[in-house]
Amino acid sequence: MIAHSVFFYIFSLIAIVSAVMVTVSKNTVHSVFFLILDFISISCLFIMIGAEFLGMIMLIVYVGAVAVLFLFVVMMLNVAEQKGQWFSSRWDGGTHIPVGLLVSLIIFFELIIVIGGWKYKPDLLNSLSINISNEVTNTRSIGNVLYTDYILLFQISGMILLVAMIGAIVLTYRERAGVKRQSYVKQISRERDEGVDLVEAERNKGVKIDA
Amino acid sequence: MDSYFSILFTEVYKILFLLVPVLVSVAMIVWLDRRVWAFVQKRRGPNVVGPFGLFQSLADALKYIFKEIIIPASSNKLVFVLAPVVTMTLALISWAVIPFGEDFVLADINVGILYLFAVSSLGVYGIIMGGWASNSKYPFLGAIRSAAQMVSYEVSIGVIIINVLLCVGSLNLSDIVMAQQNLWFVIPLFPMFVIFFISALAETNRPPFDLPEAEAELVAGYQTEYSGMMYAMFWLGEYANILLMCAMGSILFLGGWLSPIDVFPFNAIPGPFWLIFKVLFLFILFALVKATVPRYRYDQLMKLGWKIFLPFSLFYVVLTSSFLLYFDLLPGK
Repeated sequence: MIAHSVFFYIFSLIAIVSAVMVTVSKNTVHSVFFLILDFISISCLFIMIGAEFLGMIMLIVYVGAVAVLFLFVVMMLNVAEQKGQWFSSRWDGGTHIPVGLLVSLIIFFELIIVIGGWKYKPDLLNSLSINISNEVTNTRSIGNVLYTDYILLFQISGMILLVAMIGAIVLTYRERAGVKRQSYVKQISRERDEGVDLVEAERNKGVKIDA
Repeated sequence: MDSYFSILFTEVYKILFLLVPVLVSVAMIVWLDRRVWAFVQKRRGPNVVGPFGLFQSLADALKYIFKEIIIPASSNKLVFVLAPVVTMTLALISWAVIPFGEDFVLADINVGILYLFAVSSLGVYGIIMGGWASNSKYPFLGAIRSAAQMVSYEVSIGVIIINVLLCVGSLNLSDIVMAQQNLWFVIPLFPMFVIFFISALAETNRPPFDLPEAEAELVAGYQTEYSGMMYAMFWLGEYANILLMCAMGSILFLGGWLSPIDVFPFNAIPGPFWLIFKVLFLFILFALVKATVPRYRYDQLMKLGWKIFLPFSLFYVVLTSSFLLYFDLLPGK
């Protein structure tokens, strides 16, 4: 058990330190790298409590896809210069501190509610209709409840994600004039007659192309 | 305390026993790649150092070790140094779950295939970090291209893996191989195998999808500023990833360590050899593709990934699951 707790403390230390570093570090790209480190150590913690499926999904979804997009945005937009200004009044839009405080207060109270609810955990577990056994792998047991008892919620969350995706596409899509698109069908079905024109050229006059 | 140390020593011994062969075979595979490439083009390829030029990669490695490592003055030094380390580490840690035979695997974890998928999706970080930290235009463009490309093709690889998992009913790699005892998945899922192969080419930045390092446009992409051993680590990591993709392909579709038919002369050959044969077969296909197919344009690459592979493999998931359901073949019942 000693090794187990040593590893637990190592991973949680890394998680907490990197979470702090996300907000503290000056360089925005470094912030994102620390965020990735945070995700990875949290997925290690998941694996340590035996939730290997959740840990792996955390790695695939958050580190493999979400954080890559974060990095993209941060690298492309050059947010690094703006980050310092957000917290000072030099920026035209005023400071973001009041909004930030509000949001963090709300999150703080939510955390208190969640952690307070932990006190009633034994009752909660007893009231659930799911029987948790150690013999079934947790991938299988998640599947067993996700696709039976909670199928409606699962489908609804899928629909919400779809709506969000379509919304993002609609918001960012704009029709641009003069964009050349390649159509394989059109290219392949082109005949010789459409591409080649036999023209009787007059002397000293030349031929007009693309009339 | 003694038991901890004994566990530690046996594990370290096992890890070395796995990693040293992997690294040696990576070096050999580079030689094989160049040889196949040369034979297709009617050249001889590397044939001077050692018998058939077998020691060419060793000679190259020696050269890289003795070259100076140049770190650009305007680069972000820590990230610049970390990038090849990340690439190399990620390329090697995924070998821990590859089963070479029955009970011949370093870590037989329940979610083996998810682990492989997760680690291969992390591989993009080495490239992004290298490209960004170089603080130079070509590496940055290469890194951006590579990130977009790998994220896109991961999606289709994920859906293909779902196809296989539907037929197996387990995420464990040994279970996936054992489920193919009667029929390799390459037969019922042949279209998926083809798409997996092409996506693996894109995922490992191999030609014809080597746009992140397209020399005509981007010099050497994200590797432009790297030199010496740091460049060699990128390069080794890349080939280790290619080998890993081949191993993944042979485990998912070609029956891993199983012999093609379960009769005497074939099943006498030990399992690891079969896996190595299959990996080599897939790798030679990789090399042949490199030698014969011209490079894709970037928009064509994206179109192929999102508009052709993704819808088709999603359709195949529906097909596979409805087939299994209709004929009552679903595993795990």
